[in-house]
Amino acid sequence: MSEQSLEHSQDKRPTRWHIAVFLAPALLVYTAVMILPLFGTLQLSLFRSIDNVQVFTGLENFRTLFGDPRWSNSFWNALGNNTWFFIIHMLVQNPIGILLAALLSSPKLRFSAFYRTAIFIPTILSFVIVGFAWKLILSPLWGVAPNLLDMVGLKSLFVPWLGKEEYALTALSLISVWQFVGIPMMLIYAAMLSIPEEVIEAAECDGVTGFSQFWKIKLPLILPSIGIISILTFVGNFNAFDLIYSAQGALAGPNYATDILGTFLYRTFFGFQLQTGDPNMGATIASMMFFIILTGVCVYLFLIQTRLRRYQF
Amino acid sequence: MSKAATSLPRTIGAHAILLTYTVIALFPVIVIVVNSFKSRAAIFRSPLTPPTAETFDLIGYTTVMAQGDFIQYFQNSLTVTVASLFLVLLFGAMAAFALSEYRFKGNTMMGLYLALGIMIPIRLGTVAILQLMVASGLVNTLTALVLVYTAQGLPLAVFILSEFMKQVSDDLKNAGRIDGLSEYRIFFRLVLPLVRPAMATVAVFTMIPIWNDLWFPLILAPGESTKTVTLGAQVFIGQFVTNWNAVLAALSLAILPVLVLYLFFSRQLIRGITSGAVK
Repeated sequence: MSEQSLEHSQDKRPTRWHIAVFLAPALLVYTAVMILPLFGTLQLSLFRSIDNVQVFTGLENFRTLFGDPRWSNSFWNALGNNTWFFIIHMLVQNPIGILLAALLSSPKLRFSAFYRTAIFIPTILSFVIVGFAWKLILSPLWGVAPNLLDMVGLKSLFVPWLGKEEYALTALSLISVWQFVGIPMMLIYAAMLSIPEEVIEAAECDGVTGFSQFWKIKLPLILPSIGIISILTFVGNFNAFDLIYSAQGALAGPNYATDILGTFLYRTFFGFQLQTGDPNMGATIASMMFFIILTGVCVYLFLIQTRLRRYQF
Repeated sequence: MSKAATSLPRTIGAHAILLTYTVIALFPVIVIVVNSFKSRAAIFRSPLTPPTAETFDLIGYTTVMAQGDFIQYFQNSLTVTVASLFLVLLFGAMAAFALSEYRFKGNTMMGLYLALGIMIPIRLGTVAILQLMVASGLVNTLTALVLVYTAQGLPLAVFILSEFMKQVSDDLKNAGRIDGLSEYRIFFRLVLPLVRPAMATVAVFTMIPIWNDLWFPLILAPGESTKTVTLGAQVFIGQFVTNWNAVLAALSLAILPVLVLYLFFSRQLIRGITSGAVK
């Protein structure tokens, strides 16, 4: 956008009210309901409620969050779990998405519209459905999972995954991967369709086909899309809540093994069981999530995106 | 294409992988829906077989209809989704038009300001949003949800729509201006009809997260009369956790409308994604 050069000539025109009219509703709602509350939350994290009066305490809440072992243990546990949640997504969801997209984009594949539609179905379902559906399927009471394992002779491998501390988080991450694989698949698929035919043909003339064609020609060309998917996954994961809440409840059991920042924020802010909610500590955790997401977005924008070459055809 | 890329083993391999993953993607949904039509004994005895004449049973659905107020929940979800969608599309298109059509001071800054919300999730402002809604007396109203979802949907809508509006021909708009159309008429009569496909894409992207959201209904509108279907199903299933018929029926009821809507719109959605709307 290089409009600045024309600004000078426009200063002499009469005020163009219609621009304001067009912009006002969106700006108003967006500012009032999104931007101001975001900053309001950051601000609340610097206050503490003493006798129902908000008192400015500086960084005291953050000191509690990191210094008081009761808080800091929960926080580091949630952050660690959240990081593992993200790692599983990056290692499982995105490679599967790329594989499926690569297969779908091969030009003479039949039924590709059917596959695309079917594989995207879990993505449109709500977390509540997905969480409960998998909870039932993995439940030892119902026996769908043990029955299936029995069919391939692996019944001994069955464990109530969602109930075991050591497996629950990984199981939930994989459920989330199952749900969202459609998104990287679609975005990569779109990127692959935009690779011009000539490039592929030139590669084939040089004898680069099949897997090496994917590795040497297509993959470098879709790297910007992989970058976008990574940052979308990052933001989505560090802001996740619904799936864990539906499958494991606000306590993110067993024994907080599946607690991530979203559920930790919910418990702190809203309270659970006997503990009452604490808006200020909630705001402190939300601020930490804000900084984490902001850091991730900045790393992406300034370090990764600028280094990925974009090919213009 | 050369022969190598379409050789038979390669094609069979591709189909095998895609088919396997399709089964993985659909299996849980099918198991839930199929079992919701069976009697309790059959659900446990043979979870993987379709209902037969003896095992067919609608007890789950009758329980759900008798116990949960699902009609009300559906209405709430529908109201919230349609109202938010309308506002996102209208306000988003207006702002996108202003940003793409006119050159004015702060245009770029405004675009960046509105784009901020694409990356920073609105959820992080929840604490202050709740305070705001308490202060304005909007807690437990659908208005609160509509406002939040409108704000949540606007950034992406403005971003996508302004990309499309840049492609609308200047000659057309200038012809309209020479004929004496006001800027408002140019927007509503000339530009809006031309970006209808983009609007449909934005609509689908905006709709799914709103319909599926659990966080804001849980925090801003948990009352019985304002529950959305996602929250309603969550609460209902929590209460009936041992009544497997009811749980499976409730899940199926929550799945089916979204599924029908998706199959109806999937062409639009997929075309939207692949046309580079979100790149």
